[in-house]
Amino acid sequence: MRVQVSTVLLDGRGVLHDIDLTIEPGSFVALCGPNGAGKSTLLRHMAGVLPGGVPDPTRVAYVEQGARSAWGLTVRQVAALGRIPHRDDAPVDAALERCGVLHLADRPIDRVSGGQARRAMLARAFATDPATLLLDEPTSDLDPAAAHAIMALLAAAARTGVTVVAALHALELAERYAGRMIVLQDGRVAADGVPAVVMPDAARVFGMQLRIDPRPRLMPV
Amino acid sequence: MIWACAILLALAGLSLLVGGAGFGVPDWAIVWELRVPRTVLALAVGAALGLSGAVLQGALRNPLADPGLLGVGGAGALGAVIVFYWGVSAVFPPALVLGGMAGAAMGCGALLALAGRAPSGPAVILGGVAVSSLAAALLALALTLAPNPFAMAEVSFWLLGGLEDRSLTHLALALPPIAIGLVLLARLGPGLDALSLGEATAASLGRPAPVTLRRAAVGVSLAVGAGAAVAGGIGFVGLVVPHLLRPLVGRRPGALLLPCALAGAGLLLAADLLARTAPLLLPLQSEPRLGVLTALLGTPVLIRLSRRVTP
Repeated sequence: MRVQVSTVLLDGRGVLHDIDLTIEPGSFVALCGPNGAGKSTLLRHMAGVLPGGVPDPTRVAYVEQGARSAWGLTVRQVAALGRIPHRDDAPVDAALERCGVLHLADRPIDRVSGGQARRAMLARAFATDPATLLLDEPTSDLDPAAAHAIMALLAAAARTGVTVVAALHALELAERYAGRMIVLQDGRVAADGVPAVVMPDAARVFGMQLRIDPRPRLMPV
Repeated sequence: MIWACAILLALAGLSLLVGGAGFGVPDWAIVWELRVPRTVLALAVGAALGLSGAVLQGALRNPLADPGLLGVGGAGALGAVIVFYWGVSAVFPPALVLGGMAGAAMGCGALLALAGRAPSGPAVILGGVAVSSLAAALLALALTLAPNPFAMAEVSFWLLGGLEDRSLTHLALALPPIAIGLVLLARLGPGLDALSLGEATAASLGRPAPVTLRRAAVGVSLAVGAGAAVAGGIGFVGLVVPHLLRPLVGRRPGALLLPCALAGAGLLLAADLLARTAPLLLPLQSEPRLGVLTALLGTPVLIRLSRRVTP
């Protein structure tokens, strides 16, 4: 998949400039960068939901930041919305199962935990059976275990051939699970490559430094 | 669903047997020329209001959305009144319904413009209150300037809503646009479902919000505008019916559409039956106005609902 942007203007302000990326099918790409760097806008551009964009609803699923459902739909109803482009509801339960929320299918989504609601939204995206999954901050507001679980789920999806592009603030998660890290700064690509190689650049973009820290860290079991 | 249709048929049958002349069938001409139009109009206008309420609540993701509350019904009435009292509909009868639809379309257009780029949340309700007040003010202005000195009294009465003495002509004029509007609105299910996840997600699902909102506006203008032109101001049906049905059929906006149309039709026909039978059973000089009845029935339901409404 080739992503080309010369300029994206929102409210007359330039948000993205001179971006030309080629994303391999089945790769897991982390989109990192400070607040306002253009991560969300780039995802929206890729999803075709910016003004003038053309979405590809049967092949590209997009989960917006803090996605929530009005009306308190049930988990299964939310997941079934992913079938709207196909006009059937075949693989909804399979998607719920894959995301580990099948047992919550009949609960209203505003009555499950934040992590479970996020999984339901992910199931909605998987239900579309997409070739490309675009996610804006899929782990924000989640406890560490839930965040790791979501990332593992996305990495597994990438291994089955789904292209996953996720905007992530949690650099450690991006480094651990993603195969490629693209760092945005002021709407331009500041660094792009294997996470371990790009981390020093990413740290610099955030005005931070990378150091070996021998203290114990929390890991998934 | 089968039960709902059976109840509707029973109500419609009853409705053909009851009228100002009493129970039973005094004369087939009365049934054909008065009760058939009244029954069919009650069903059509009720379906238009119930379905419009369901569509507007889904499209705006707001449990307060209702064609009456948002001023669309008022703007439709304004259009019909201008056409009627300035003599246009006397020369060209379809103008009455066209005026109603044009008024409602202007109301919808103003609403979308006022709601701006974020057509959900409080902005759109404030816009609706503005449209509603403007329509009321313009209506008063049109009446004070109308050539007919009795216009004010007649229209105040008409605005309370009612279906008495409607003819087959009214039916022929109003039914086609209401039917087209209902079909347009009933097809919005997937768009409304997609919108429950927000505008960006709806667009990514191939159902962009502006398209859904435009179609909703066209459908509501046709159905509610034509309905208001023949039935006057009837409130609360569009607001109450979706809230009554959510516990029964689930909260997915698309799943509510058909049930809301049927329930709206049944509710308005039942209210109209009540209006017709009241003078037969109670010592009343005339029928209570239909709009008054729906308000009397709707208010307690709304007060009950107001405690547990969440978008």
